[in-house]
Amino acid sequence: MPASGGGYFDAASAEPLHPSAREALLAALDDGWADPARLHREGRRARLLLDQARESVAAELGCRPDEVSFASSGTQAVHLAVLGAVQARQSASRGAGHLVASAVEHSAVLNAADWLHRVTGSEVSITGVDALGRADLAEFGAAARRDRTLLACLQSANHEVGTIQPVAAAAAECQEARVPLLVDAGASAGRLPAPTGWSLLTASARKWGGPAGVGVLAVRRSARWREPFPADDREGRRVPGFPNVPEILAAAASLTAMGRERVALDAALRALSARIRAAVPERVPDAVVHGDPEDRLPHIVTFSCLYVDGEALVTELDRAGFSVSSGSACVADTRQPSHVLAAMGVLTHGNVRVSLPRGARDDAVTAFLDALPPIVARIRQTVAAGTTGDTSAEALA
Amino acid sequence: MTTQGEPPSLTLDALGKKCPIPIIMLADRVRDVAVGQTIEVLADDPAAKTDVPAWCLLKSHEFVRAVDLPTGWSLLVRRSY
Repeated sequence: MPASGGGYFDAASAEPLHPSAREALLAALDDGWADPARLHREGRRARLLLDQARESVAAELGCRPDEVSFASSGTQAVHLAVLGAVQARQSASRGAGHLVASAVEHSAVLNAADWLHRVTGSEVSITGVDALGRADLAEFGAAARRDRTLLACLQSANHEVGTIQPVAAAAAECQEARVPLLVDAGASAGRLPAPTGWSLLTASARKWGGPAGVGVLAVRRSARWREPFPADDREGRRVPGFPNVPEILAAAASLTAMGRERVALDAALRALSARIRAAVPERVPDAVVHGDPEDRLPHIVTFSCLYVDGEALVTELDRAGFSVSSGSACVADTRQPSHVLAAMGVLTHGNVRVSLPRGARDDAVTAFLDALPPIVARIRQTVAAGTTGDTSAEALA
Repeated sequence: MTTQGEPPSLTLDALGKKCPIPIIMLADRVRDVAVGQTIEVLADDPAAKTDVPAWCLLKSHEFVRAVDLPTGWSLLVRRSY
């Protein structure tokens, strides 16, 4: 066990609330509760806070404030982005159209694309990645250039293995093909400089130390978008429902703080994740580290241990004081292995994603690297003992 | 089963077994066939479809092909060394 805690390594699922977010949230609970659409003083005060939040998020994303809307989650932002962009460009001549997404997009993107396919008959091209998880630009570009393509989707960086995607080059392809590009910046927002070249961008506050329940949907003024659900006057008619002003303010404060701290935080977390990347294959036999070793997010390291049950690994690590996630099938609600690892063609069992939060400590990483090899060895012994007799193998499986 | 060309030298029935069991069975038995011969894994855990080829890459054996079965897949591996 790490000497004094510090074993929370699941920042890519939820980064602990940033101190700036906490401070802003507490202040805004007092000042930002009223309806920002109203003209009375309480409403105007809430409106002012909401406008400030929008301006600071726009500044971090490199866009105009009126291009930014706040949604109730990153997933909702993605659904609105995909559905609104596609439906705005569907027409009699284009029909239900065609959309493109890389095979390693977040499930929110793939599910929205699949929904459009089932409900409106849109054709969907899922384009491949290399073994490091990087999108195949030639295939992506060729799919985007196909007739009747209404939208192309590429993440800024992969949320499971950390590989940075060639967004600038994909944006150039899309511009040439006159196809809008949706960049899901969920994994990188607050951690890497904002991507450029997008028509639509989405992100999720809980991944940058904001509260859960705030997503960002940015739509360039030049991009076509139409509300896919019953319209509402809120958030530039892009997101229905009363905005959660205090949480939005907290999310914005955290994003600004992460922007200020980015260079130092990047260096600190990159050094720790590089240590894990180097040490795991040295200390654990038959372990492979995934994703690009250099061109990657600072805080994510993912590896798989051959002949190990992912669920047992996560459980044993938790018992030892380390909180990680896993892309192995046995850990997923669906019992399906991670679609990201499958698309990369890498080992899906025995999988662990370590994602380091702000403030992750060197001694906690040392403790993790000390704890991991005996845990893996123990699970391997158990599994191997199980396979020698059929009945126990089934019990274990 | 559904091979084109020569039949596999050995077939492992891992149907109903969850990963990593099919991969452990493959690793345990690959030396039971001669170098250059093939070993077939029948599996229906979705992870096996990715993990058998991934294991071949890691262990430098040749992954020959995957064939869909009514439930699961037939995954063919050639022992390389």
